[in-house]
Amino acid sequence: MSADQTPSKIAVRNVTKSFGRKQVLCGADLLIPKGQSTVIIGGSGTGKSVLLKCILGLIQPDSGTIEIDGVNILAEGAQSRRDIRQKIGMLFQGGALFDSLRVWENVAFGLMQGDRMSARDAKPIAITKLGQVGLGPDVADLFPAELSGGMQKRVGLARAIAREPEILFFDEPTTGLDPIMAGVINDLIRQCVADLGATAVTITHDMTSVRHIADQVAMIYEGKFIWSGPIADLDTSGNPYINQFIHGRTQGPIALQVRSA
Amino acid sequence: MPLLSPLGQLVLALFATSGRVTLFALEAMSHWVRPPFYGRQLVRQIVEIGYFSLPVVGLTTLFTGMVLALQAYTGFSQFNAESTIANLVVLAITRELGPVMAGLMVAGRVGAAMAAELATMRVTEQIDALDTLSTPPMKYLVAPRLLAGTLALPPLVAIGNVIGVMGGWLVGEQKLGFNGAAYLQATMNFVSMDDVLSGLVKAAVFGFTVTLMGCYHGFNSGRGAQGVGAATTNAVVSASILILVFDYLLTEAFFAK
Ligand SMILES: Nc1ncnc2c1ncn2[C@@H]1O[C@H](COP(=O)(O)OP(=O)(O)OP(=O)(O)O)[C@@H](O)[C@H]1O
Ligand SMILES: [Mg+2]
Repeated sequence: MSADQTPSKIAVRNVTKSFGRKQVLCGADLLIPKGQSTVIIGGSGTGKSVLLKCILGLIQPDSGTIEIDGVNILAEGAQSRRDIRQKIGMLFQGGALFDSLRVWENVAFGLMQGDRMSARDAKPIAITKLGQVGLGPDVADLFPAELSGGMQKRVGLARAIAREPEILFFDEPTTGLDPIMAGVINDLIRQCVADLGATAVTITHDMTSVRHIADQVAMIYEGKFIWSGPIADLDTSGNPYINQFIHGRTQGPIALQVRSA
Repeated sequence: MPLLSPLGQLVLALFATSGRVTLFALEAMSHWVRPPFYGRQLVRQIVEIGYFSLPVVGLTTLFTGMVLALQAYTGFSQFNAESTIANLVVLAITRELGPVMAGLMVAGRVGAAMAAELATMRVTEQIDALDTLSTPPMKYLVAPRLLAGTLALPPLVAIGNVIGVMGGWLVGEQKLGFNGAAYLQATMNFVSMDDVLSGLVKAAVFGFTVTLMGCYHGFNSGRGAQGVGAATTNAVVSASILILVFDYLLTEAFFAK
């Protein structure tokens, strides 16, 4: 199935965003098909995380429209935006764990504060979710600062999926993980899409993950999406940018701002 | 002319900031009356602001009361000293020095910590994360802190007042050779409900101010460690200045008749 047959869950149209004089997004267009896994690739600093935060409503774009389930969220009021945000679970690139709360309280936070579930009901769910990301129950009572970077990332992942939202955003879920654990996380993301019917959007630099997770791939370059299509077409896209990126070549149309000393 | 233009810009910036702070405060206060309420956050903050500030505030007011008594003795006529000094100490402490000292101490202790905590949460995207977990950060982080500051300072200042008066009594009895019972009796005769209440109203206003400055600067912190540092400094400096300004305005409102 390709993007034009499946209805889109999220439609990003002509979104621009600049910080000061620095233009980060300049006319980004992206359709994210419902119930599939879309992977966004692109160089460091090209605005991938900014785009996700625009969709979440955490950053206000300068122009353009963002539709979730056909509703233009930028035109909605605060309450309806909050309702839409309820549908989304997000793993932040830096984890963004609450460092004053224990690991299980982090994972159960959305259940307890958002859905007003009691601690007694929420804790077992949190421990199950921790199990799914390969963390034992002994970790549950620690504080985030007592975990390694990769463990923190996985707690963030458990928190993102804890409420089983319709939409999942994963900002670099496997960076900092060993290859085996990365494989476990990739499987988990696939499982969320296959079993829960979630729509997943993953940012990653890891080409193995891309091939494992993606139904659709979209590549961002200089603030625009320059290619998107099904994973099967990735190797035969004929797009020189894609080819340079997926093979990690230093020579090609993507000019790096690296000067040798 | 070249001197006036930056001055004008400063005034404009001041107005713009006041507007932003006011809107921030109004939004936070609107959450006081709209459920859901985060009671545990409120209790935690009251304990943090009120209870854990007791030692600092107690020591500050104790020495303030002591030095007041000493200064009054050396400065005033020593005729009828016992009742004059008791009067002066209790008046100065309950009306002015109790709330102001406590406010300034809490600004340094709590305002700074609050700004640093919220700024760190901002920088590490924890505030963004709250938003994605259906928990409005203004409601969860800011509203309980402002309420806690407003509620915790009056009892804190009341205790500080008692300790301050005891400081004056201590110096009076131990050093100046007053009759302790007579000193206390004089204090009781002079203390008025209006003075105490005006001081407690000030305390509530200062508590609100300190937490507002801590939250506002922390919440709107810049990026990186530098942003956290700047937020902390700005919170303490602005809270301290505002305490002194509001102290004057409130005194004017209460006592200038
Ligand atoms: N709040 C902000 N204020 C100012 N500039 C910002 C802000 N957020 C992001 N930027 C800038 O926007 C650009 C894109 O950032 P973004 O985090 O989206 O990159 P990215 O594509 O996710 O990169 P990476 O793969 O390294 O995570 C960067 O140059 C960054 O400096
Ligand atoms: Mg990023």
